[in-house]
Amino acid sequence: MTAFLIILVIILFGVAVWQMNKVFQLSKSPKSENSEIASNNDNNIQGYLMLAFVFFLYGILAYCFWEWGDVLLPVSASEHGVEIDQLMLTSMILIFLVGIFTQWLLHYFAFVYRGSKEKKALFYAENHRLEFIWTIIPVFVLAGLIIYGLFTWSDIMYVDEDEDPLVVELYAYQFDWRARYAGNDNTLGEANVRLIEGVNQLGVDTSDPNAQDDKVVNELHLPLGRKVLFKMRSQDVLHSAYMPHFRAQMNCVPGMITQFAFTPSITTDDMRMNDDVIEKVEHINQIRTEKNIDLLAKGEEVLEMYEFDYLLLCNKICGSNHFNMQMKIIVESEEDYNTWLAEQATIAETIKK
Amino acid sequence: MSEHANNHDDHGHHHKETFVTKYIFSQDHKMISKQYLITGLFMGIIGIAMSLLFRLQLAWPDHQFTIYEIFLGKWAENGVMDPNVYLSLVTIHGTIMVFFVLTAGLSGTFSNLLIPLQIGARDMASGFLNMVSYWLFFLSSVIMVLSLFVEAGPAAAGWTIYPPLSALPQAMPGSGAGMTLWLVSMAIFIASSLLGSLNYIVTVLNLRTKGMSMTRLPLTIWCFFLTAIIGVVSFPVLLSAALMLIMDRSFGTSFFLSDIYIAGEVLHNQGGSPVLFEHLFWFLGHPEVYIVILPAMGLVSEIMATNARKPIFGYRAMIVSVLAIAFLSTIVWGHHMFISGMNPFLGSVFTFTTLLIAIPSAVKAFNWITTLWKGNLKMNPAMLFSIGFVSTFISGGLTGIILGDSALDINVHDTMFVVAHFHLVMGISALYGLFAGVYHWFPKMFEGRLLNKKLGYIHFWITAIGAYGVFFPMHFIGMAGLPRRYYTNTNFPYFDDLLEINVVISVFAFITAAGQLFFLYNFIHSMFYGKMGGKNPWDSTTLEWTAEVKHIHGNWDGPIPEVHRWSYDYSKLNKDNSDYVLPGQDYIPQHIPLQDNEDELKH
Repeated sequence: MTAFLIILVIILFGVAVWQMNKVFQLSKSPKSENSEIASNNDNNIQGYLMLAFVFFLYGILAYCFWEWGDVLLPVSASEHGVEIDQLMLTSMILIFLVGIFTQWLLHYFAFVYRGSKEKKALFYAENHRLEFIWTIIPVFVLAGLIIYGLFTWSDIMYVDEDEDPLVVELYAYQFDWRARYAGNDNTLGEANVRLIEGVNQLGVDTSDPNAQDDKVVNELHLPLGRKVLFKMRSQDVLHSAYMPHFRAQMNCVPGMITQFAFTPSITTDDMRMNDDVIEKVEHINQIRTEKNIDLLAKGEEVLEMYEFDYLLLCNKICGSNHFNMQMKIIVESEEDYNTWLAEQATIAETIKK
Repeated sequence: MSEHANNHDDHGHHHKETFVTKYIFSQDHKMISKQYLITGLFMGIIGIAMSLLFRLQLAWPDHQFTIYEIFLGKWAENGVMDPNVYLSLVTIHGTIMVFFVLTAGLSGTFSNLLIPLQIGARDMASGFLNMVSYWLFFLSSVIMVLSLFVEAGPAAAGWTIYPPLSALPQAMPGSGAGMTLWLVSMAIFIASSLLGSLNYIVTVLNLRTKGMSMTRLPLTIWCFFLTAIIGVVSFPVLLSAALMLIMDRSFGTSFFLSDIYIAGEVLHNQGGSPVLFEHLFWFLGHPEVYIVILPAMGLVSEIMATNARKPIFGYRAMIVSVLAIAFLSTIVWGHHMFISGMNPFLGSVFTFTTLLIAIPSAVKAFNWITTLWKGNLKMNPAMLFSIGFVSTFISGGLTGIILGDSALDINVHDTMFVVAHFHLVMGISALYGLFAGVYHWFPKMFEGRLLNKKLGYIHFWITAIGAYGVFFPMHFIGMAGLPRRYYTNTNFPYFDDLLEINVVISVFAFITAAGQLFFLYNFIHSMFYGKMGGKNPWDSTTLEWTAEVKHIHGNWDGPIPEVHRWSYDYSKLNKDNSDYVLPGQDYIPQHIPLQDNEDELKH
């Protein structure tokens, strides 16, 4: 496919050069007095190219959707994410309509009003009604989008503590993540980087009663359908906790605790059965199989086949391994989650060891 | 004003110019503008070359390239690029393109060239400050380029240099001497920019020729004027941020640092906040994108009217929308920080102000399109780039509606979607503005010589196809969730399928960059061998085309022309609509008095 696109570009480029050459030949006619200023002929050719260009734009748009539509994120795995996707779809439809329409006008006018010595332009300096129309329409459309967007934003960002969300700390450092569960009391113990020592990697205040049952892990497990309130901390530089499948992101700022909450709505197992995900995974495995053939030929270790998992990625430049700072997220049923959590050691137990 | 002009007339041109005063420490705005342009283009070559190196890395992460070893030396042993160097490349690419090419190279070049010529002044208000401004810019460019050669590598914390990453040499090698030089270079750059801007403001306000009221100014001047004002308002804030960062780095203060444990030890810093830096940075950073785009808008408006042989549609609406954009640009910076940890209520406020900017932007886009309507378009290369500008400005601007909406920003923030958005709307658009300006005003810069149009056409079409080829697919990898500034997207499997898109993007990037060679050749060749185009090659109304073709100090050999009309009297018909006002000539230059056979229109 790539090869096809490259060939297409080369052909288009060739056509352009050929057209230029034609211009070059034609402009050598004896009556051209100053060849560096566009002649009627130039206007003609460039006008047609402008018309062709708007179709190129539509073409590249269609091609991208056709060919790469499957790389996009699958359905949202969190409750609020559905709202975001809905807003995204509305905005996208709107900007596509506006974009397609205005690009057409622009390039079509460039084509149809291409100049010639015989033509006259229309002296048309202003029209208050027209200007009013294209001021007031964006005003109303944007007002709608702003209100829609602000309601969505408020729903997401203002966390109702009465809902008794599960409190989990996300702790970022160069270049990995840790998660701290608040334990039975659902309250995180105090922590500060000044208390980091030995196994107490997160600087938890071990004298704080709330800290005793906290559990530090390196894989994030979330129960289905329960609101999770993440409290983000960073040990060294800015990081950003980005969970694209849940439409969730918040920066981790040293010296400050930030937060983000969402309710997971699809388990990892169910997401693996999603048609889009199956297609994407198949595609990725196909790529990996092709790579493995090469690797085998070279006698190197082959890549493992890929199975879908939710990811927590770092999305704020944080140093040399920024590209490789992620943590696996597993969404599972309440029972499975409880079983898993029970197996993890509390801070009190870890320190005693 | 008139006294100033007379002074010049009196002592005329009997100074003996030496090589040094004419070409190096020149105080003549035309020479300074050329100095800005050539320095800017040189920096642009470095910036684009860097982008090619990291595009190579992104498309073929497993491949070893000897070209890395040639350019990066010990940072790319065996042809494998070091991840820190990758970050350096994107950082310096961003810095150079935004500040050195699109701020100094675009605004510096054309403000200097056009402000005195289009308002009818002999030179800038202070030729000396203007010279100092250029040489400070030159110095900062030299320091920035030198920083590429320090032992631990140049700055690598991203062009936004957020602390603590940029403040702590332990966090990454680029935050050592490289970052110090970066900060010093930028501090000098800001001083240069402020000197330049103050000069532009004073010149526009005080040195307009007789009859040149503010509402007769060409839109170019309005845009340069407002750009300068935004610069004066916001650049000092970046300077303060840079100074505080220097203090945090070198003198143990804690403006931006608190509770940090790095490289096995706790730092003493307590009580600062990186979010404060983000506020200070973006208080400049956001207006900065308008500092970049407004001059391009001005150039495009002027070129479009001239080549469409029509007045710009809605002259007053254009001025009002530029004013609105300039004002709003200073109160939207928070949209870069929706998920920085600031209060969500602020996110709501900034969403509101951000989406408001779409309104004047939409007005401008529609006005440009209407300017083309029923025109008699002369498809000169400058015109093509102007049409291209409107196209990329619309495409890039529309995706801004997604990013400006705080709720939607959560999931696309800092992904490649953002990179695609701002490259189209400010990078490519502003570059088109720059190219349009160079093609159009080349004869003004190089004493009547014109650029070759065939090379211009080739240059435009390669760039136009290439730019969309690079940045259109980039939206998709962003919406797939790929973060920006990732050294490779194949280190873990989830993004494996994006690699083929990255290959397409890179191929387009190489083609586009190769296309710029046509421009470079054309530029250098035409400087010496370009065809002469006469005094007013594009049949334009503005004053610069009445000035002497040969560069003289003072611009006009005789008295400065007096202005009698606005700058957009193209294709105006006489009272009985039988012919143009001036028979057989479809434009009326600004210095021609009102004719008996024309109606005076209120614009």
